[in-house]
Amino acid sequence: MRRLIALAGLLAIAGCGDDATVSGGDGSDRPQVVVSAASSMKEALTSCAPRFQDGEVRLQFAGSDELAAQIRQGAPVDVFAAASTKLPDALASEGKLEAPVEFASNRLVLAVPAADGKVTSLDDLAQAGVKLVIGAEGVPVGDYTRDVLAQLGPARSDAILANVRSNEPDVKGVVGKLTQGAADAGFVYVTDVNATDGKLKAIELPADLDATATYAAGVVAAAREPEAAEAFVDDLLAGGCHDALLAAGFTEP
Amino acid sequence: MRRGWFAAALALALAIVLTFLTLPVVAIFVQQPPGDLVAALGEEGALDALWLSLRTTAAALAFILGVGTPAAYLLATRRFRGRAVLITLIELPLVLPPAVAGIALLAVAGDLHLGLSLTTAGVVVALTFVSAPFYLRQAIAAFEAVDPTLLDASRTLGASAARTFWRIAIPTALPGLVAGTALALGRALGEFGATLMFAGSFQGITQTVPLAIYDRFATDFTDALALSAVLVAVSAAILLAVKLVRGPDVLGGAAR
Repeated sequence: MRRLIALAGLLAIAGCGDDATVSGGDGSDRPQVVVSAASSMKEALTSCAPRFQDGEVRLQFAGSDELAAQIRQGAPVDVFAAASTKLPDALASEGKLEAPVEFASNRLVLAVPAADGKVTSLDDLAQAGVKLVIGAEGVPVGDYTRDVLAQLGPARSDAILANVRSNEPDVKGVVGKLTQGAADAGFVYVTDVNATDGKLKAIELPADLDATATYAAGVVAAAREPEAAEAFVDDLLAGGCHDALLAAGFTEP
Repeated sequence: MRRGWFAAALALALAIVLTFLTLPVVAIFVQQPPGDLVAALGEEGALDALWLSLRTTAAALAFILGVGTPAAYLLATRRFRGRAVLITLIELPLVLPPAVAGIALLAVAGDLHLGLSLTTAGVVVALTFVSAPFYLRQAIAAFEAVDPTLLDASRTLGASAARTFWRIAIPTALPGLVAGTALALGRALGEFGATLMFAGSFQGITQTVPLAIYDRFATDFTDALALSAVLVAVSAAILLAVKLVRGPDVLGGAAR
């Protein structure tokens, strides 16, 4: 009996977090859309979300793989916008996500602190003493990095990976280590370099390497606001947020 | 009748507290079969993380005990202007968010060109920074509680100040020192935010157990659970060991 009461108490506490609708400034109830988005879209989506018409957007940013794991564990999320097609496809095949759509592309670059001349090209990365920071395996930016390096052949790839000092859980971790001068170089998206206001410098990768990252989004199957969620995905495809992404340096998928 | 109602309310409150605090910990052990958890620990990266956590925590504790004990003794036994300010400064990392600690360490290491970030030594620095105040606070309180007449008697009988410190102050304050060590040990083992920001995450170099848990939770939940289970077991063992060795009151407050 006592256990039941305790359980009821827990449920009551859990119920307090259940605020799917929020009151708009004009007194009407607008649906709240919870969007889990890849860290690399932080600046762009933060700027466009307040202008979204069909609901109040609540954004949370992290590595796409973490966000996918949260959705898999039942986190109350309406939209999943990932820095890859792989993670949304995997969730969709598990029945956790409606059919994902590709809405933007990004480009992997080699980023270095603007004031630091230690690394000026891909070839410098294999030199002894270079501190390289990349995304962890399983995180989209980390997987893209390893894909790009694999295109260089095992000898060059291994020499470069030997200089890796940290596998960061999301792309902002890589950016942070570079802007703080803790590392000499890292692989990030070109949009991340644009967002640092000149603190970082992008070194473009050779044109013969495929360094494209395709972003895909979908409505979470258990979404509490599926219509508003669908509208937000449309906005990513061709609306205010799509424009904001292009302005931040993303390109058409 | 009224008293019976009140007793039931107290029991209910306790039941809620117990459920709330133990349910998530129990879930770590029951979500996967125990065999899977043990097998996951055999994975090379998990052992690397455990070994690294042990080494870095031991190094941080050695430093904290070696330097912190005399420093705490000085602060506890001398009265001088600015003492309260000093103690507050020492205790500050206790209430700092780990992310702030990480940023602060990055900033100071960058300014001084220490080359500690992204290294194992950097992990030790992060652990020391966040866990030292836990020991210092307890140690200062423990030394303050030592009866000054004991120390005076020792000096009067001809023992040097150093000998008095070793033979009288430390043994008398020992329960408090042990409690402080346990708190610092627990805090260091669990350190996450400052380590990730300052030292990064690299298997065998800077990826301690909490970082390894974070690294795996998206891709391999079973591995993350297994490492979490180890941390739960180690933390429980620390708590129990201290209580068994020094009596149940040791973690309660300052020094008796």
